[in-house]
Amino acid sequence: MTDSPDEPRRYGRRAFLGLIAGGVSALAWAGPAAGIFAPVTSQFSQLLGDLLPIGGWRIYTVSGSMPLFDERIWRLEITGLVERPVSLTYEQLRNLPRAEQVTDFHCVTGWSVPKVRWAGVRFADLLALARPKASAKAIRFVSMENPYQDSLTLEQALLPDVMLGYELDGKALSRPHGAPARVVIPEMYGYKGVKWLTRMELVDHQPSGYWEGLGYDQNAWVGRSNGYHA
Amino acid sequence: MATTPESRRLPRFGRTERAVHWVHATAFVLLLVTGLCLYLPSLSELVSRRPLLKGIHIWTAVGWAVALVLIFLFGDRGALRRTAREIDRFDADDRAWLRRRHPPQGRLNAGQKLNAIVTAAFALLFALTGFFLWYGERDTRFRLPNALLVHDWLMYVSFILFMGHLYLSLLYPKTRHALSGITRGWVDEEWAMTHHRKWAEEVRDS
Repeated sequence: MTDSPDEPRRYGRRAFLGLIAGGVSALAWAGPAAGIFAPVTSQFSQLLGDLLPIGGWRIYTVSGSMPLFDERIWRLEITGLVERPVSLTYEQLRNLPRAEQVTDFHCVTGWSVPKVRWAGVRFADLLALARPKASAKAIRFVSMENPYQDSLTLEQALLPDVMLGYELDGKALSRPHGAPARVVIPEMYGYKGVKWLTRMELVDHQPSGYWEGLGYDQNAWVGRSNGYHA
Repeated sequence: MATTPESRRLPRFGRTERAVHWVHATAFVLLLVTGLCLYLPSLSELVSRRPLLKGIHIWTAVGWAVALVLIFLFGDRGALRRTAREIDRFDADDRAWLRRRHPPQGRLNAGQKLNAIVTAAFALLFALTGFFLWYGERDTRFRLPNALLVHDWLMYVSFILFMGHLYLSLLYPKTRHALSGITRGWVDEEWAMTHHRKWAEEVRDS
């Protein structure tokens, strides 16, 4: 060592460059590292609920205000290529056969919520009320949050773990989570799960949704779309 | 200590340094508040104008960068260089301070140097990850899934540092006089002799 004890040492730039290197490289290792700590951090988020979203939910909206659910005026319309257009009240929706599932939720921006408890209605039961015509190939989901919408093919909507969710972790869906009902499709990224749902339109050709219009994939399979690879 | 006579005031931070500090502080608070509203479910329900908040957040970041460039172009670059040099160098007393001893310190003690280094590095990392978050929404090739996590972690650490900074500069009786240095530019000589003796003696003797 040539440093004499009194010689100033250039710790400053080393510390600075070290932090930059750590931060930039974290773009590669932050995900796996967060995975390791998830069992701990998810306990925290259970404890703190909505206060801190460590390992929990983030709320995304696209318009100026979050839609407000009013049970007296809210209706779920099922229209388009159907034999019998339907308009359901919240009570009628809740009286349809109830389905429950525990599935992971993944957002395309990189966060996930493991083991979410959903309750809701399978699309098979909803569609049975309206009876889609043979020409119907997809469902356009329209949110109360204008102009948010997205779509699924009939085949995707009828997958066994896909539902119209109205309860999350044992409680009626809250306003930030899309009250009173949202699309739940665990194998796709969250942007396909339209919140504040008010209309399902049966169509013969799958339209582009809000985020698809901004370059995101129509088929948002988790880990196999939007630049992610299996 | 508004009663400190002029003869006993030591100039600690020049205009340019103070400008950098307050541009950074203002931007940080705006970014933190809008960022938390975008991030915390309870706040995002309360203030549900997400696109507006997002706009303020992004434009604050742009304004912050532009202001720093302007300060660099039109401010006292010599002073900034001297400060950077000072922060870079840890002398024997600084190193002793880091080992929890308390020899006389220069204008900035070792902890203040570290705080400046972390703040500067985090600002760059915030800007970088923020850019990916913003641009990745427009071009999926720039959408790095971990950018959000890194941006969050930087926020958690910065938030803790910010709280400590506020405590030492506003509340803690022994250190809060330092606020005068970053607002009015000068500190009381007696205070400086206690906390930054090496520097105070240098200034007094020159």
